[in-house]
Amino acid sequence: MPRHLQREINNLRQKILTLSTVVEESVYLSVKSFMERDADLAAKIINKDQEVDLIEIEVEEECLKILALHQPVAVDLRYIIAALKLNNDLERIGDMAVKIAERTVNISRHNVQEVPIDFSSMAEKVKLMLKKSLDALVHMNSELAKEVCIADDEVDELHRNTYMVVKNQLSAHPEHISVLLDFLSVSGCLERIADHTTNIAEDIIYMIEGEIIRHSKIREKC
Amino acid sequence: MVDSVIVNTDFNKANSVLDLNSVNKVSVSNLNFYYGAAQALFDISMDIPQGLVTAFIGPSGCGKSTFLRTLNRMNDIIDNTYIEGKVLIDGQDIYGSETDVVALRKKVGMVFQKSNPFPKSIFDNIAYGPRIYGIKNRDQLNETVEKSLIRAGLWDEVKDRLNKSAIDLSGGQQQRLCIARALAVDPEILLMDEPASALDPKATARIEDLIGELRGDYTIIIVTHNMQQAARVSDFTAFFYEGNLVEFGDTKRIFTKPKIKQTEDYITGRFG
Repeated sequence: MPRHLQREINNLRQKILTLSTVVEESVYLSVKSFMERDADLAAKIINKDQEVDLIEIEVEEECLKILALHQPVAVDLRYIIAALKLNNDLERIGDMAVKIAERTVNISRHNVQEVPIDFSSMAEKVKLMLKKSLDALVHMNSELAKEVCIADDEVDELHRNTYMVVKNQLSAHPEHISVLLDFLSVSGCLERIADHTTNIAEDIIYMIEGEIIRHSKIREKC
Repeated sequence: MVDSVIVNTDFNKANSVLDLNSVNKVSVSNLNFYYGAAQALFDISMDIPQGLVTAFIGPSGCGKSTFLRTLNRMNDIIDNTYIEGKVLIDGQDIYGSETDVVALRKKVGMVFQKSNPFPKSIFDNIAYGPRIYGIKNRDQLNETVEKSLIRAGLWDEVKDRLNKSAIDLSGGQQQRLCIARALAVDPEILLMDEPASALDPKATARIEDLIGELRGDYTIIIVTHNMQQAARVSDFTAFFYEGNLVEFGDTKRIFTKPKIKQTEDYITGRFG
């Protein structure tokens, strides 16, 4: 590879890893803040979102620069295209972490009710999916990325369960509507994080193997 | 050395509005070529589809131009060369004893890296081939010259000075003149050996546009060092290395997901 392109791609890789680290930490802390009803911690996460947004723009500009100046092909082209897409997903995951933090701030204003919803299993699964997808990115490991895609269905199922519990609770305790909707919102955020994480895993598979596996069931039917 | 040769004429996947199940215009099998004792091409087999654009890429000395020249027997004019294997055009072996080489080169036109207009008028350059093939009628010649220059995208620029010397044209115009000259004898195949490598970006774009316009009516085979050009203009790309055909397939696939690592290393600049 020409040395200047190699330098640009290394630089881009470094920026993506920085963004990944910041986003992963935001998700981890936002879940912690919600579980512990820690509004101070939640406020820090909300403030940190600006950093995520700025890195996202930097990554996008780097990708556009490389495309315009180097016209990469084959594995280099796939890397840049996947980087552009997963950059967007990482930023959206950062937004979901902020949303969870905002729900924390909201819920901490109320007297915390005993709500029979346990997010710990769902949160652990989502954090593991995110960790695996980022490990897959660092080590360019498509097998790890495939494990992430499979795990998404489990998170969807957990979100559906939460929805049913919240629905029943709303009937039984309509006075707790605000808190219950916060719980449902957080469940939805975790489910969206899992979806974005799955997108990242699919992009990594494309990057490594050159195969677009997204919507493969629909495409098989066509 | 190359591990394997993939001859993947995966026509159905090509990004093309033409009938991609079209017949093969050129069919090469087990071709070896020697400059004296030095073997330049090793066991090349490939099918080139009719009416589409096929690009040959590879580093200098890989044999792509030598291979191109085997397709209209231009190597015959080089002393001490020897060929084995078969080259079929429309099913006819062009190295068969009954082949008329002059007729072959009428059918398989060629455009070179450096434009080579004759030191004659623009009109006489284009009319040169038809005259050799016996056309004397002035009206017929006028029609052929106009038609060829229009097809080559040069008519509007030269129609008022057809009797002026072709040497006075710009580099890009001279190259299009050479393409018009090749078209004037009504070929079926156009071989282009780095046709835009000596031109500026604007003139290069004109040549590339012209290739797109001729595609469909002619089978075009282009040798280029400019990989972006191969990616832009061709339906199929063949990568050559050290006299071997390493990979041949749909251009879109070659430039996004080549199957052979050597191809990927070359097109991404990781070679060596």
